[in-house]
Amino acid sequence: MVRVLIPSGALGLGYDRAALARGIDQKPDIIAIDGGSTDSGPHYLGTGTSKYSRNSIKAEWRELMQARAEAQVPLIIGTSGTCGADSAVDWLVDITREIAAETGQSLKVAVLKSGQSSSAMKRAYQAGKISPLPAAPKICDAIFDDCTNIVALAGAEQIQEALNTGADIVIAGRTTDTAIISALPLLRGCHAGGAWHGAKIGECGALATTNPNSGTILIEFDAQGFTISPMGDNACATPETVSAHMLYENADPYILFEPGGYLDVTQASYLALDDQQVRVTGSEWVVSEAYYVKLEGARRVGFQTVSLVLIRDPRYVAHIRDWCADIEIKCTTKAQARIADDFSIELRLIGVDATLGDLDHDIQVGSEVAVLGIVTAATQNLSNEVAKILNPYLLHHPLSEQEEMPTFAFPFSPPEMQRGAAYEFCLNHVLTLQSPMDAFRLEVLDL
Amino acid sequence: MTKLGDIVPKIRSKNAGPFWLTIDIFCVSPELFTEICERLSTQSIADGFGIPLQAVKRFEIQDLNTIKISLPRPTVQGVREDRDMHGASFSQVLKAIELR
Repeated sequence: MVRVLIPSGALGLGYDRAALARGIDQKPDIIAIDGGSTDSGPHYLGTGTSKYSRNSIKAEWRELMQARAEAQVPLIIGTSGTCGADSAVDWLVDITREIAAETGQSLKVAVLKSGQSSSAMKRAYQAGKISPLPAAPKICDAIFDDCTNIVALAGAEQIQEALNTGADIVIAGRTTDTAIISALPLLRGCHAGGAWHGAKIGECGALATTNPNSGTILIEFDAQGFTISPMGDNACATPETVSAHMLYENADPYILFEPGGYLDVTQASYLALDDQQVRVTGSEWVVSEAYYVKLEGARRVGFQTVSLVLIRDPRYVAHIRDWCADIEIKCTTKAQARIADDFSIELRLIGVDATLGDLDHDIQVGSEVAVLGIVTAATQNLSNEVAKILNPYLLHHPLSEQEEMPTFAFPFSPPEMQRGAAYEFCLNHVLTLQSPMDAFRLEVLDL
Repeated sequence: MTKLGDIVPKIRSKNAGPFWLTIDIFCVSPELFTEICERLSTQSIADGFGIPLQAVKRFEIQDLNTIKISLPRPTVQGVREDRDMHGASFSQVLKAIELR
């Protein structure tokens, strides 16, 4: 039997301290927490940085390190620093070093890195070892050079290597959300279907319970399946909250692909043990022929400058599309003559269809509209220049030449806001490996 | 005409990774689940998103009274043209679909 304590869905999100303390009292075998996701967009992988504030991460990580010291079991974090790039791992290692010094702890820390070099990825691509997943973008050799960061998602095998070092703390780069939870139960011979299914149910902390904000849950894995026990006040796991979690951020509600195989929960059964705990059995793990890991990559696509202007004049609100279309044509022509071809201008209509665009079939316009001008160009300077050429149009452009020059509302001076580099995800592929550790690097530090 | 959002209490849209969108239609009661399974055509969903029928995956999960719809994201998450980083607003497209 293996008990995994999951403090919350992600480091930086916060958790109920009493629930964490209750979890420690249950004598877990390991404390596992996720450190990231792609869900906040490509900026973080593009830059190799964390979404959460360093102070928040340090405060929560310090508490988890303290909990680990008390429980005397390993503490593991996956997808460190939001994106799991090597720089984000180093960032968390630095924070860990600071806390160890401040609290007088001596620690053995295993660091698992998932970053991939463009040259290695090009060789793998040319050797036919990189294959597209459904809805993958088309790629060629050059894409790997364009990426500022490429990571491979580690599975249970790589985490087990890290745990086998006997480390007090494992700081991992990009991993699947589930692998940090399933690794130890699998290593100790628990039911494989149950290990992966329990890991999927637990990866968002208490989200699979009636009180998602309480954060902490304990999952007990055994030879047939798993049992989920929420640690928070008023948090209950029910067969419905648990089975419904397979729907969450997952395109297929029955199947979950992982390195080395897939989880099939079609035959799983969910039994309420009491008001709070649910036991799950019947989940199946199907081993794949080859060993694949998923790749993620982000590349820089330009630099952006945005401007915001508010339109309140009813006649302009009524003809806002004509107004924007005329500005886009006139401003683009002027900027091309004065600068270069390599830029784009988009005017997005907040209050009309800014959220859904062409997919909005139920548009209702109110008394005002905000126009978000988005300029993208090859450099920040060029993007600023184009945005400054756009400025007089947003301020004064008339609907017709016969009318007095209008003036619209800018909330800020200057109205241009530099967004910096813009990134996009450009890989949705898998990499075939001979051996699970082939694309990963493990290092043990004494802090 | 009745729209899906008029009679279904909760529809949730989420990213399933940067390249896929997944939308859960929580019908709550078995009666409503059966009714929506019959009245919501997969073709109308494809039309609502302007994509081919084959691109829409549909799962009818009786135990949860829930229909799950998954499709390639209308724009890849975070590209220049993307308007909704977390993909939550695409549920509004589904709410506006007319039932047969």
